[in-house]
Amino acid sequence: MNTSLLIQLLVNGLVVGTLYGVVAMSFVLIYKATQVVNFAQGELLLVGAWVCWALLTRYHVPFWLGMPITLVFMFVFGIAIQMVVLRPMVGEPIISVIMVTIGLSTILQALMKWMFGVNPQPFPQIFASQTVEFAGLRLQTVYVLSLVVSVAMMAGMAWFFRVSKYGLAMRATAFNQQVAQSLGISVKNVFAMAWAISATVSAVAGVVVAVVNGVSSGLSAYGIKVFPAVILGGLDSIAGSVIGGIIIGLLENIAQFVDGEYLHWGNLFEVAPFYVLIIILMIKPYGLFGTRDIERI
Amino acid sequence: MAGQSLIPAGDFRTSYAADTTIFPTVTSRNMAILGIVLAAISPWVFSDYWVAIMIQIGLFGIAALGLNILVGFTGQISIGHAAFFLFGAFTSAYLSSKLGVPVFFAIPLSGAITALVGLVFGLPAARLKGLYLAIATLAAQYILLDFFSRADWFSGGTTPAMAEPFSILGYTVHGDRQYFYVVLAYLVASFVLVTNLMRTRDGRALVAVRDHYLSAEIMGINLTKYRTLSFGLAAFFAGIGGALYAHYQLVVSNEGFGIDRSILFLAMVIIGGTGSIMGTLMGTAFVVLLPESMLWITSALKGSAIDHALQLNNNLTFLREIAVGLIIILFLVFEPDGLAHRWRQIKAYWKLYPFSH
Repeated sequence: MNTSLLIQLLVNGLVVGTLYGVVAMSFVLIYKATQVVNFAQGELLLVGAWVCWALLTRYHVPFWLGMPITLVFMFVFGIAIQMVVLRPMVGEPIISVIMVTIGLSTILQALMKWMFGVNPQPFPQIFASQTVEFAGLRLQTVYVLSLVVSVAMMAGMAWFFRVSKYGLAMRATAFNQQVAQSLGISVKNVFAMAWAISATVSAVAGVVVAVVNGVSSGLSAYGIKVFPAVILGGLDSIAGSVIGGIIIGLLENIAQFVDGEYLHWGNLFEVAPFYVLIIILMIKPYGLFGTRDIERI
Repeated sequence: MAGQSLIPAGDFRTSYAADTTIFPTVTSRNMAILGIVLAAISPWVFSDYWVAIMIQIGLFGIAALGLNILVGFTGQISIGHAAFFLFGAFTSAYLSSKLGVPVFFAIPLSGAITALVGLVFGLPAARLKGLYLAIATLAAQYILLDFFSRADWFSGGTTPAMAEPFSILGYTVHGDRQYFYVVLAYLVASFVLVTNLMRTRDGRALVAVRDHYLSAEIMGINLTKYRTLSFGLAAFFAGIGGALYAHYQLVVSNEGFGIDRSILFLAMVIIGGTGSIMGTLMGTAFVVLLPESMLWITSALKGSAIDHALQLNNNLTFLREIAVGLIIILFLVFEPDGLAHRWRQIKAYWKLYPFSH
C-alpha cells in the first residue's frame, strides 16, 4: 500500500472537499431562502473565474484590485439574475423553476465559451513561492490558500446567519415567508440578496479553483458535484452541506486511490459520488442533517 | 356523435365515451388521415436534406413523447432522458449485430429492455418527488454514460458500436427515403398508443398523480405504482427512439448524448406544451429546426459587418446553445403551455371568425 500517495490524495480530498462545501453552501443558501433548486450554480463559479481572469490578463489589473471588482460584479450579477429570470417564476411549479435554471446554465456556459473560447487558460501567478513545507508534506501554496479561504468563507457565513440583521431576515424568510413579511421583512430583497451572496461566494470558489487548475468550462462541473454533497448533507442544512462537500471530496479521492491501486477500472472517482447519491436517495432521502418533510392534509 | 363534420353550438357531452373520443368529428379524423398521407408522400417531394430532418424529428419525437408522459402527465422530471435514448440505441445495435436478432424485433425488444432499466432508476421515484427525482435522474445520466464508456462487450467502449440496417421479410431498407417510412410507422403507432393510454384508467391515474398526489392517493391510486410506471413508459419510448436512431445511423457512439442532449429533450416537451401529445411533435420540430434555421441566418449574414463584429459563423455551436437556453426560459416565462396552447388559440380564433367576441 502506497501510504504517501494515500496521504497526498486525502489532503487533496480535504482541499477539494472544502471547496465543494463552499459551493454546496451557496447552493443551499439559495434553496433555503428562495426554494429554487439552482442548476446554474457551477456556471456562477465559471462566470466569476472568467471575469477575474479577464480583468487580470486582458486589462492588466492587479489581483488586489481585480478580486474586489469581480466580487462586486458577481454581487450585481446575482441580483440581476434573480430579478430578470427568477422573479417571474415565483409561485410556478418546481419543475418549471428547475427548467429555468437549467436554461440559464446552458446560456451562461455557451456565452462564456463564445466570449473567452473553449481552450483552458492558465491563471496568472499570484504567489511567489509554489510550495510550502508543512509537517513533512510538500503542499502547494494555492492548496493552503484554498483551504484558508474556504474555512474563512464558512466562518463568515456562520457569522452572517447568526448575528447580522440580513442573515436573521433571511432565516426568517426561509422559515415562513408570510410571517416574515408581516414582520416587515422585504421578501423581495431577501430573495435578491440570497442570489447576490450565493453568486459572490461561488465566484470566490471559482477564482480559487481557477488559480489551482486554470480557467476552463470544466469549472461548471462543480455545480453538478454539488448535488451529491447537498443530498448527503440534507438539502436545507448549511452545516450539512459543508460536511457533505468534504465527505464527497474525500470519497472521490479515496475512490481514485482504490481504483488506481487495486481495481484499475479507470474513471471511478468521477462516478463514485453519483452511486453514493443514488444510495442515499434510496435509504435516507433527507440526508444526514436535513429536516424531514411531514405532509399534512 | 359520429357522422358530424363540425361540432354544433351548445354541444353537451353526456357520456364518458363521448368525452374521451379521439376524433370528436369526422373532419378531425379526416384531417389526421390526410396529415399522415401527406407525410407519407413528402419524402418524394422534398430534398435529401429535408428528409433527414424529418427523420430526426420523428425519432426524437418518439423519445420526447415518452418524456412528456413523465413530465407532462405525471408531473415528474427527468434530466437523464438522453442516457436512456442512448441505452436503447446501444441495446438495439447489440441485439442486431452481436446476437443476430432481426432488426424488426430488436427495436421493440430494446424498448422493453430500456424500460426495465428505467424501472430500476425509477425505483427511487417511488419515494421521491420533484426535485429529488430530478437529482436522481441526473445521477442516472452520469452512471449510464460511464457504463457505456466502460462496457466494451456491450457498447464497444471507446470504439463505436455497429448496427445492422432495418429489414423486413427479407427486404433490406436502403437510404433515408425508405427508412423514413419505418420511422413514420413507429411515430404513428407511438402517438396512437399514448393517445389511447390517456383515455384509460391508468392514463387518468397518471394525471391525478400530477394534479394532486395526496388526493389521488386518498382516492385509491397507488402512487408508487404509477410513478414507477410512468418512469418505465418514458424509458420505453426513449429506447424505441434510440433503437430507431441506431438503425438509421448504423453506428452508435457515446458522443453527443451528455446532459445537454437531455436538456434538449426537456426543451422539446416544454416548447411543445407539457401534457399535450400533438404539442410534443411541434416542440420536437421546433427544437430540431432551431439550429438549422440559425445556420441559415448566419450563412445569410456571412461577410456582413455584424458577422465580422461577433464572429457568428465561427461560434455557431455556442449560438445554438444560447438560443436553446433562451427559448426554454422565454417559453417558461411567457408561454408555459407551449406551442400547443398557441395552436388551440389559433383554432379557436378561426372557429369563431369573423365574430370572435
